[in-house]
Amino acid sequence: MRGLAVSGVLLLLAGLAAAQEIPIQEIPVSERRSGLDQMAPETRAMQADDAANPGMLWVGDGADLFARAPSPEAPACAACHETGALRGVAARYPAWDTAEARPIDLEGRINLCRSRHQGAAPLPREGRDLLALTAFVANQSRGLPIAPPADPRLAPARAAGRALFERPLGQLRFSCAGCHDANWGRHLGAAPIPQGHPTGYPLYRLEWQGLGSLQRRLRNCLAGMRAEPFAPDSPEATALALYLMQRAAPLPVETPAVRP
Amino acid sequence: MARALINMPKTAPAGSVIEIKTLISHPMETGYRPGPDGRLRPRDIITEFVCHYDGAEIFRAELSPASAANPYLTFTTLATASGTLRFTWSGDNGFSQSQDVALTVT
Amino acid sequence: MSPDRRAVLAGGLGLVLLRPVAAASLRPDREPTAEAIRRFTGGAPVNPGRVGLDMPPLVENGNTVPLSITVESPMSAADHVRRIGVFNEKNPQPHVVTLHLGPRAGRAAVATRIRLADSQRITAIAEMSDGRYWSASADAIVTLAACVEG
Repeated sequence: MRGLAVSGVLLLLAGLAAAQEIPIQEIPVSERRSGLDQMAPETRAMQADDAANPGMLWVGDGADLFARAPSPEAPACAACHETGALRGVAARYPAWDTAEARPIDLEGRINLCRSRHQGAAPLPREGRDLLALTAFVANQSRGLPIAPPADPRLAPARAAGRALFERPLGQLRFSCAGCHDANWGRHLGAAPIPQGHPTGYPLYRLEWQGLGSLQRRLRNCLAGMRAEPFAPDSPEATALALYLMQRAAPLPVETPAVRP
Repeated sequence: MARALINMPKTAPAGSVIEIKTLISHPMETGYRPGPDGRLRPRDIITEFVCHYDGAEIFRAELSPASAANPYLTFTTLATASGTLRFTWSGDNGFSQSQDVALTVT
Repeated sequence: MSPDRRAVLAGGLGLVLLRPVAAASLRPDREPTAEAIRRFTGGAPVNPGRVGLDMPPLVENGNTVPLSITVESPMSAADHVRRIGVFNEKNPQPHVVTLHLGPRAGRAAVATRIRLADSQRITAIAEMSDGRYWSASADAIVTLAACVEG
């Protein structure tokens, strides 16, 4: 049975490689589906119940961090931002930062706030505190449709992100689109191929046994493609995130999602 | 302190059965998994969870490395009288944590 | 070539393809499951029945498998569940969890999440207040995740 599964993977890989030759169509809005729809009922139930969703442990930590001053001289996040005003924020990130003159993702936004207004060092990417703060902020937008800003300054990076998504990468010469546009709904080994929409980040992945960011997930994808992962906060990573959010709109924000 | 989420009703009619759901942040490191240096990471798990209702034990769980990370346990109890439920997790490396939740029985 | 790059090449899809071959075999020093069950029951006979064990037959990731258990019992002072022991066949240790209940539970209904190192059978055994043991088993197939962390 295992031998069969392995040869099945190889056959599918051959099929996916062949799929690279055909021009790939972007998924129309009416056919966009969250990965939630392809999960086992038990995993969906885990996400749906806040008392069972382990991601809520990070949301709780984030709520505390948001309310706490990083140092006695500095204001807490909550001193400037009312929690209610956070609703909708995560649905429109990455966004343009005028001072930096580049698009930044939500984690980057939080770290810029720390350096500009709190005199605090940036929190390490994938560290528990930054994941918790990001999960808390994104959780405030849960249920709202993803709504990428129409800001024309974002257009070049978004186009670059789309090009990255469609370009064959790595030793296997796979593209993101080859799986997630052309073959979603089919299987890679035993795992269903989702459309690959970043609707619920940071999310709790059973594989990780913890919360992780979109950048961590992209690193896993790229490693699977045997391609060099993008550094978090690099222009490539943010460009890809920008395109992915546009590609996912208007699916609702699910943070903290649960995925296998 | 590790974050724990305890979900149960605040009030319940006398004699009713209430459901309690608990979740706590913990890696539940099995002791069977190699670290980046190739050596096994030492075991670090919660070994016991207890719930006391006004001092009397009503539920206890003995956990092993086969419990998933961020342990989740749900159980039930009869709402007998207004009082305090105390939830205690303990385990390797001196891990010990308690949290109290009040229940009003009507 | 940086160490990161090497790790990526060593991991990634290659790992996904090789993983089934390298799947866990039982450790030679592992306590047999039957022995762990005998320690739980003290050697008393175990009867099939009265226990409901709910676990997905097809597991998306063995790291976190939802498990819920119910036992047919009035949960009265005279007739209740004292303990429920859960055992596996193929993890490094046979014991999964032991749950202590009593008449104050009102109902014998519990849930938790467990780890399964491989496709295998899980057995739940309930010890009743009359000293008898009842059990149920369920099988789970653990599928392999694609594109795991390398």
